[in-house]
Amino acid sequence: MRKTRRAGSRAFMGLVFLFLYAPILLLIIFSFNAGGSNVVWEGFSLRWYQELFQDQRMMNAVYTTLLVSVLATAISTVVGTLTSVGLYGMKKRWREPILSVNNIPVMNADIVTGVSLCIFFVAVIAGWNDLVVDGWNGFVTFLEENFRRTLPRMPELKMGFLTLLLAHLSFDIPYVILNVLPKLRQMDNSLVDAAQDLGCTWPQAFRKVIVPEIKPGIVTGALIAFTMSIDDFVISYFTAGSTSTLSIEIYSMVRRRVSPELNAVSTLLFVVVLALLIIINVREARQEKRASLPLDGR
Amino acid sequence: MRNKLSWLAAPYVLWMALVVIVPIFLVIFYAFTTANSVELAEMEGGLRGLFSMFTLENFARMGTYTVIFTRSFQLALVATVICFLIGYPLAYVMSREGPGFQRTAMVLLMLPMWVNFLLRTYAWMSILENNGILNNFFEAIGLFSLINAVFGTDIQYFHMIRTQGAVVLGMVYNYLPFMVLPIYSVIVKLDHSLLEAARDLGASTAGVFRKVIFPLSLPGVLSGVTMVFVPSVSTFAISRMMGGNNQMLLGNLIENQFLGGAYNPHLGSAIALVMMIIVVACMWIMNRFGEGEERAVML
Repeated sequence: MRKTRRAGSRAFMGLVFLFLYAPILLLIIFSFNAGGSNVVWEGFSLRWYQELFQDQRMMNAVYTTLLVSVLATAISTVVGTLTSVGLYGMKKRWREPILSVNNIPVMNADIVTGVSLCIFFVAVIAGWNDLVVDGWNGFVTFLEENFRRTLPRMPELKMGFLTLLLAHLSFDIPYVILNVLPKLRQMDNSLVDAAQDLGCTWPQAFRKVIVPEIKPGIVTGALIAFTMSIDDFVISYFTAGSTSTLSIEIYSMVRRRVSPELNAVSTLLFVVVLALLIIINVREARQEKRASLPLDGR
Repeated sequence: MRNKLSWLAAPYVLWMALVVIVPIFLVIFYAFTTANSVELAEMEGGLRGLFSMFTLENFARMGTYTVIFTRSFQLALVATVICFLIGYPLAYVMSREGPGFQRTAMVLLMLPMWVNFLLRTYAWMSILENNGILNNFFEAIGLFSLINAVFGTDIQYFHMIRTQGAVVLGMVYNYLPFMVLPIYSVIVKLDHSLLEAARDLGASTAGVFRKVIFPLSLPGVLSGVTMVFVPSVSTFAISRMMGGNNQMLLGNLIENQFLGGAYNPHLGSAIALVMMIIVVACMWIMNRFGEGEERAVML
């Protein structure tokens, strides 16, 4: 009775995992298809990988995605960590409302965040172009007409890489804070006092005491920020302007036609993610094993 | 020394005011104005102009889109219920396995989440096409000839893509892990002595589940429901890819107002505002009945 129930639950799990993985497996299989179809198998070839690497648009999009993700992760990790330290030092009365605002980008529907940032950027850029750019260029024209001197003209701002990066920062920093702040709270407060009593300056105490204590939180926060950035479609879609990330490129390709190039992209992404996950898990398992070793083993 | 550090948070507070608070107020401003009313107000000027600028026109226009509103809610609700019906048993069954098995199952569950959701949805497109893999499979096992022989019909394929069912399938496929993870993390942390006590006091297995496990796992269920419902009700890519042009949802409507043919950020903002209210309502319900912290567990 017990055994059949166990077999039943395993079978149910198997079915769900089949549902989750079958489509991905199909993509992987058909990425090696010689033909241009996702349904009929016409023989093995690496044709779609070749075409993918020769697709300039796609490669540019990959480059933009990586660049924006790395930059956004780096900046948000530093800013998020410093802000967490500041929040940690704050009175609860002030900290609580700030944290609720911090949660807005995390909890809100992506499309609402994307749309609101889109309106914001359009308004700021319009204001900048009207006031600063037009003013400066008018001044340059005035100089040219009256004094025959010329100065470089200012180009009009447009939505592009910069707005994309700012948008990514707006949703990455909250994740870093959400991961670093709990670690700060777990930290023994007297450690910092002790370090300072023993003659550490505040930056030294920060570097030598606080950072090592909250490092796991910083690493997790950075990892989550990076995955959020690299995976994001909706917010990028509304704020990227003329630049294109991988997700945006995929979306526009899917709308035009079905292309086996996308299968090759999926396969490569899947392999990278799988490798990363295996590395992380093996490391964790090893650390746990080390932690659980009996003391007399030394 | 703690209080001296608070200035470190000051730049971020300023930043949040700029990229979180101001944009939301801009959405609200846009939602209650139209391109026309702003122009008129500029012409009129003064305090009277300011008052005449605000209008409820955008919200009145939403009546035209009742079909899209109801469809969005229906499909998101159905997807959430299906996710719950699959996700709860899965989380429960997973939590009863050994630690090594659980760890592997967790990784297996999260792995697809790291493949871009557009690509995952795209995979389903070629499965559900009229001449796609599933229909070819049915053809190969002779399902169509069987049906045609029995019912005297003449079908070559099942119409699956570009239907509401396909959209729901896309939502369930993409968001199922969001349901499983919070429920699982609550169940796995349940105090086992409670279950033993219930059993000692004579509860059957079903009784233990109904009276102890399920009520205690409700916070996980609530956060799972929110985490599936909110992205489902606001999606525009899944409905576009799986539903084509005939299954527009609220997300598509908003997208169209900003980046599509029907450029009207005022109307788009009004719909986005409605969506924001939906999200806030969901959060409120969740905080009311469950612990707000549970949502961070999945991360």
